[in-house]
Amino acid sequence: MSAAISSSMNLKPATLLRIDEVITHYPVKRSATLPLLHLIQEDVGYISEEAITWVATKLELQPINVYEVVTFYPMFRQKPIGRRHIKVCRTLSCALLGGYKTCEAFEHAFNTHRGEISPDGEVTIEFVECLASCGTAPVVLIDDDLHENVDVAKAKKLSDQIKSEASQRR
Amino acid sequence: MIAPLKPDLITVNIDGKEIAVPKGTNAIEAARLVGVDVPYYCYHPKLSVVGNCRMCLIEIGMPAVDPATKTPIMDPATGKQKINWIPRPQIGCATNASPGLHIRTNTAQIKDCREGVMEFLLVNHPLDCPICDQAGECKLQEQSTGYGRGYSRYVEQKNFKPKRTQLGPRVMLDDERCILCSRCIRFCKEVVKDDVLGFIDRGSYSTLTCFPGKALENNYSLNTVDICPVGALTSTDFRFKMRVWFLKQTNSIDTESSVGANTVVWSREGVIYRITPRPNDGVNDTWMADTGRELFKAVRAPNRLTAVKLDGLDTSLEVALNSAGAILKAAGRTVALVGSGRSSVEEHSLARKLAETLGASTHMVSRIGEGDRMLISGDRNPNVRGALVVGLIKKLPTEKLTALGGAIDTGAVTVVVSLGEDLHAAGLTAAQLAKVKIIYLGTHADTTTKAAQVVVPTLTVFEKSGTLVNQQFRLQKFAKCVPGPAGATDDLAVLAKLVVTAGGTATLGDLPNVWASLATTVAGLAAISYATLPDTGLLLDSTPFASLPFCEGETFHYQPAATTATMKV
Repeated sequence: MSAAISSSMNLKPATLLRIDEVITHYPVKRSATLPLLHLIQEDVGYISEEAITWVATKLELQPINVYEVVTFYPMFRQKPIGRRHIKVCRTLSCALLGGYKTCEAFEHAFNTHRGEISPDGEVTIEFVECLASCGTAPVVLIDDDLHENVDVAKAKKLSDQIKSEASQRR
Repeated sequence: MIAPLKPDLITVNIDGKEIAVPKGTNAIEAARLVGVDVPYYCYHPKLSVVGNCRMCLIEIGMPAVDPATKTPIMDPATGKQKINWIPRPQIGCATNASPGLHIRTNTAQIKDCREGVMEFLLVNHPLDCPICDQAGECKLQEQSTGYGRGYSRYVEQKNFKPKRTQLGPRVMLDDERCILCSRCIRFCKEVVKDDVLGFIDRGSYSTLTCFPGKALENNYSLNTVDICPVGALTSTDFRFKMRVWFLKQTNSIDTESSVGANTVVWSREGVIYRITPRPNDGVNDTWMADTGRELFKAVRAPNRLTAVKLDGLDTSLEVALNSAGAILKAAGRTVALVGSGRSSVEEHSLARKLAETLGASTHMVSRIGEGDRMLISGDRNPNVRGALVVGLIKKLPTEKLTALGGAIDTGAVTVVVSLGEDLHAAGLTAAQLAKVKIIYLGTHADTTTKAAQVVVPTLTVFEKSGTLVNQQFRLQKFAKCVPGPAGATDDLAVLAKLVVTAGGTATLGDLPNVWASLATTVAGLAAISYATLPDTGLLLDSTPFASLPFCEGETFHYQPAATTATMKV
């Protein structure tokens, strides 16, 4: 049954291997809840209800136990996001140096709103709390890459770059 | 028999009062023993300790000793050993008694702590006491009166949360009232082993919920309503029906199985509104099954018998009983008596007297179901053992009355007295029922009452007093909660009159007289009376019946004899 669920989640074989390996790191299976959720989110992009059930079965827990963890941490997503994840910092330094305008520039470029998937499916923009690079505000994190001093012009440049990569892929 | 070990008693000091308690006793329980109230919400004596409500904050200290020499450090001012008080308050529920432990609950710091905790608990709590079912039995109400600040400083907007989430078929959640004590979660996980509840999200947005697609639907779900210290979890059945302070509480027994869970029946002006469990650590701890809480609905069921009938026509009790007596006398020794495992001990004893007067054969119908290993046993008759104790039956009842059916076919039985059993459901055919005369004493109409010559309506367990013997051979009493409907007569009175009309010696059909006769005629019941029977029941000697193959499996506080035998090996 768990195999059927994992196939509908389309976990990569490498992720499945990592999951089985990570469970062995802990004296009790329950402790592997967080690492498993991270691995699934990295692979699939979000944590679905079936993923929660799958993790619960895997770790011999009840789904509610995993559900509690997923909802406790805001960085676990329960809905899919776009191909790229753009996080614009909203905290004090960035806000003072134009973080709001940067965010709006991204929204405008991809014709979308924060928290939503853009119509072309390319990006999800989020306005997040401090990214810990206040000295180079405003900062933007695109997937795992930090971009510093992102004013409106640089935001446009980054958007164009993402768009051209997308068109090349097509 | 191994004598129980004497608990390791140690002395603790609570608000200046010394008390000896077993080592490891919870500080809240120890304080209760000296009459000191430590308020709490999340703590429950039958559940694990989590310490998340912070209401039970106390100051604790230990007698000071010199670190190097281990000699006690004396306080020159008092001449007593100095106490090292921990400067910060500690939670009482997670403090276990250790030798010399000192506890203070009456200091300014603790008063301040309690006011602070109360203030935060009330920050997002709606002021809907006037429409809240918990009002009157709400810990939050009681403790904000007892330990709160008395007025609110909160001017901000309160959180809005769902007001009516159906967690399961019988439990409704008002999220705004929830104080996140997690008692319900722990109950489901630890007692029922059905881990369906949990808190999702965090901070003030924390919400009690089930995983999508799951529900709180186990047969013990209403216990979460009982242990909810606030009005967050309410019973869909009792919700908005009645204010609890108008209700009269009467001790009763759950008759759904031979476990005999202790209950309290809540009624007002002759109407029952709800049934809740009554703590008895020997039987049901503080729990009971949801199914047992609905039994009172039978009191006002549409098929309730309220008219005495003779050959299908309304008549008076006198006429009906005289006719019944005539039928019984005419039948000679061809009468069969079908007792019920639902009757009380007292009714069993009068039934035996009736059977002896008539020389009748006695029968009983068993109700075997599947036990849930908690508080519903495999035997759904609450008082089969009572019938054994008073000698109404010698062996365990059968599922079908096959022997009685055979006797009717051969003509060996021409009259059947049924004490509330549906003979048709118990395996007698319509033809067999038509062949005999039936005298029926019972509460609800069924196939047998239609075929019966004499029907006498009697009382349900809620309308009379009596005793039952549960699977542990524990004699437990139930008391009359509400008056019976017009037309119904007390079972004991009817049975006593039936004994007389059938030619037996006159007896009075009331509890004191029945018990007086039981004390002299039944060896196991000497020196017992209804009035003096303790509320937690009395264990009877079960050895005379040890060889009987009782059907019950393991439940709370009960091990079947076969299992204990194997455990000894």
